[in-house]
Amino acid sequence: MKPFTTLTGIVAPLEALNVDTDQIIPKQFLKRIERTGYEDFLFFDWRFKPDGSPDPDFEMNAPRYLGASILLTKDNFGCGSSREHAPWALENYGFRCILAPSYADIFFNNCFNNGMLPIVLPANVIEQLFQEVRNQEGYSLTVDLPAQTITKPDGSTIAFEVDPFKKECLLNGWDQIGLTLRHEDKITAFEKTRG
Amino acid sequence: MAKNIYEKIWEAHVVHEEPGQDSILYIDRHYVHEVTSPQAFEGLRLAGRKVRRPDLTFATMDHNIPTTDRSKPIEDPMSAQQVETLKANCAEAGVACFDMRDRRNGIVHVIGPELGLTQPGQTIVCGDSHTSTHGAFGALAFGIGTSEVEHVLATQTLLQKKSKTMEIRVNGALPHGITAKDIILAIIGKIGTAGGTGYVIEYTGDAIRSLSMEGRMTVCNMSIEAGARAGLISPDEKTFEYLKGREYLNGKSHDALAKQWATWASDAGCAYDRVVELDASEIEPQVTWGTSPGMVTGVTRTTPVLAEIGDGNTRHAAEKALKYMDLAEGVPIQKITINKMFFGSCTNGRIEDIRAAAKVVKGYKVSPSVEQALVVPGSQQVKLQAEAEGLDKVFKEAGFEWREAGCSMCLAMNADILQPGDRCASTSNRNFEGRQGKGGRTHLVSPAMAVAAAIKGHFVDIRDWKYN
Repeated sequence: MKPFTTLTGIVAPLEALNVDTDQIIPKQFLKRIERTGYEDFLFFDWRFKPDGSPDPDFEMNAPRYLGASILLTKDNFGCGSSREHAPWALENYGFRCILAPSYADIFFNNCFNNGMLPIVLPANVIEQLFQEVRNQEGYSLTVDLPAQTITKPDGSTIAFEVDPFKKECLLNGWDQIGLTLRHEDKITAFEKTRG
Repeated sequence: MAKNIYEKIWEAHVVHEEPGQDSILYIDRHYVHEVTSPQAFEGLRLAGRKVRRPDLTFATMDHNIPTTDRSKPIEDPMSAQQVETLKANCAEAGVACFDMRDRRNGIVHVIGPELGLTQPGQTIVCGDSHTSTHGAFGALAFGIGTSEVEHVLATQTLLQKKSKTMEIRVNGALPHGITAKDIILAIIGKIGTAGGTGYVIEYTGDAIRSLSMEGRMTVCNMSIEAGARAGLISPDEKTFEYLKGREYLNGKSHDALAKQWATWASDAGCAYDRVVELDASEIEPQVTWGTSPGMVTGVTRTTPVLAEIGDGNTRHAAEKALKYMDLAEGVPIQKITINKMFFGSCTNGRIEDIRAAAKVVKGYKVSPSVEQALVVPGSQQVKLQAEAEGLDKVFKEAGFEWREAGCSMCLAMNADILQPGDRCASTSNRNFEGRQGKGGRTHLVSPAMAVAAAIKGHFVDIRDWKYN
C-alpha cells in the first residue's frame, strides 16, 4: 500500500448529504475484475450527460477543480454498498484525502485500506471550508498526517483526530495481512481450541 | 456481569489483542460472491498466499446472473467473465461454489441460513453490506471491503475495533397489515440513515420476538441502511426450529446444538451504549418518497412540504430528492402511480414474503398501466418451495413474471433494469438515484404493499385490502 504522510492539493467541493457508493461508482462498472482504471467512472451519472459529455451543472467539472486531490463533502459520505470500487474510483481519479463531518463505516475502513485519509471535521468547519473553496480559485490545503493538522492558504491550521493504529498503517504503508500473519501461531492455537 | 450478545460473540472470537492496535477477530464463515472477490483472489496470488480455510469459505453467484432461462449462457461478456472468474478462483482454492445451475444457488444472504451455514454465535463476513441479514440468527455478521475479503481469505481473521452497542426495542404487538419491512423502514425513518453509524444494533421487544425468522432477516438486513454494519437478534426457539435438519448441520443432535446456541442470547439486565424505543402500534405501512431509505413515511401521509423542514442541509437534500423522483411537495402517497414493480432481493425474497404477496394477488390482475411486474425468488430452494405450493401460478395468472433466483433488479447488474423515468414499487433495500437503472425511481415497500400497488397501479393502504 502507498504510504500517506503529507499532501498538498486542490480542494473540490461536493455539496450533498448521504452520497452513496452507487453515486460514487454505479453498478455497471463493478463487472470488471481489475483493481485499477476506475477514474472515468467516478460520479458517472452526475459527471456526464447522457451523450457522454461532462455536465457543467456538476460543480466538480469546473476547470478550477481539475487535478484536485482533496474532496470536501457532507454528512454520511460513502453510505450504502460495501463496494471497494468506490475508494478505488476516488483514488484512481486523484483523490487521496476526504474532508466531511461523517462517513459510513465500511467506506471509511475501505479508504484506509487503499492509502487514503478520510478526515472527520465538525460541521461548522466544513461549512466554512465550502465558502472558502468557492471564494478562492485554486484553493488548496496541506494535510500533515504526522502532525494531524490541515494548513489553510492563510497559514492558519485545523487540527484533526485519527485512530492511532490506522495512522501508523497509513504512514508506513503497511500490508495488514502481513501484520496479522505475524500472529499466525495465535490463529493456529485458536483454531485448535475449537476442534 | 450480564453481557449482551455482541459482547459474548466478540469475546469468544478475539485471537489476539494489544494496546493501540485493532483486535484480531476470528471469522467462522466467509461468504463470497462474484462482484467483490476477483481482486481479492488476485491479490492473494500476487502475494503468493493461499486461502487459509477453504472449508469455512462458501461462494455463490447472485449479482450478475440472469433471471431468465438458465440453460443459456450469460449474454453480457463482462458478467460472464466475472462468474467464470469466481468459479476458477474457487476451484483453485478448493472453495465450495454454488454455481447458477446448482440447486443450492441463490442470493448469498438467502442461502446461508437456508443451508444451515449461518448459526447463532458465529462471526460471519462477506464482501457485501447486506451481510447484516445473518444477524437474525444471533450471529455477528457484517459487510467488508475487498481488501478485507483478501485479509479473511489469507488469515481467516479480521482486524477490528470493538463497536458501541445500541438496543432498538420495538414494544407491543404488530398491528394487522404491518410487516418486518415496515418496522425497519420506520426505524430508519426515526434514527436516520447514519443513526447506527459506529454501532452494532440488537433488536429486542415483543414485536421483534413475534416475527418469523424470515421477518427477522428483513429487519437485520436493512441495519446497514440505518448506518450500522451489523444488527442482530438473540436466538430463541424460533431460531433453533428454523435451523433444524438443515443441510450443513450434518445430522448433528439438534438438542445439543440448541442448548449451546441458547447460551449466546443476551443476558437479562445487560447494558447497551444507547437504547431506542418504538411502539409497534404506531407503525403504519411504510413507503419511501425520496432517494435515501430515511426519506420514508406512512401510506396515509404525503410527500414532505419543504418549508416545514428546519435544517438547511436536510431541506436541500429533500428538494433534490423530490426533483429526481419527479414528485411535488405535499402529494398524498396513495396518489403516486407506478409503471414497474420488483419483488425479490435479500431483503424480501424469501418464502414467507412470497406467501404474503400471493395472498394479496389471488384473484386479481396486474394493472394495465403497469408495464412490468417481476417476481424473483431469493434462491432456487425458495423458488422450488413456492412452485410446490402452487404460488407461481397465482402470480402468473395475475400477469406477474415468475423468474429464476438472483439479486436481479435490486441493483440491476443483470438485464433486469429500469429505464429512465420508470417508477417502481420495490421490495428491495435501496432507493438511491439510479440504483435500479439510470433515471429510474424507486419506492421501497413491503411485499404485500408492492404487489397491491402493481394491481391498482398506485400505492394503496394494505390494511384496507379485500382478500379473495
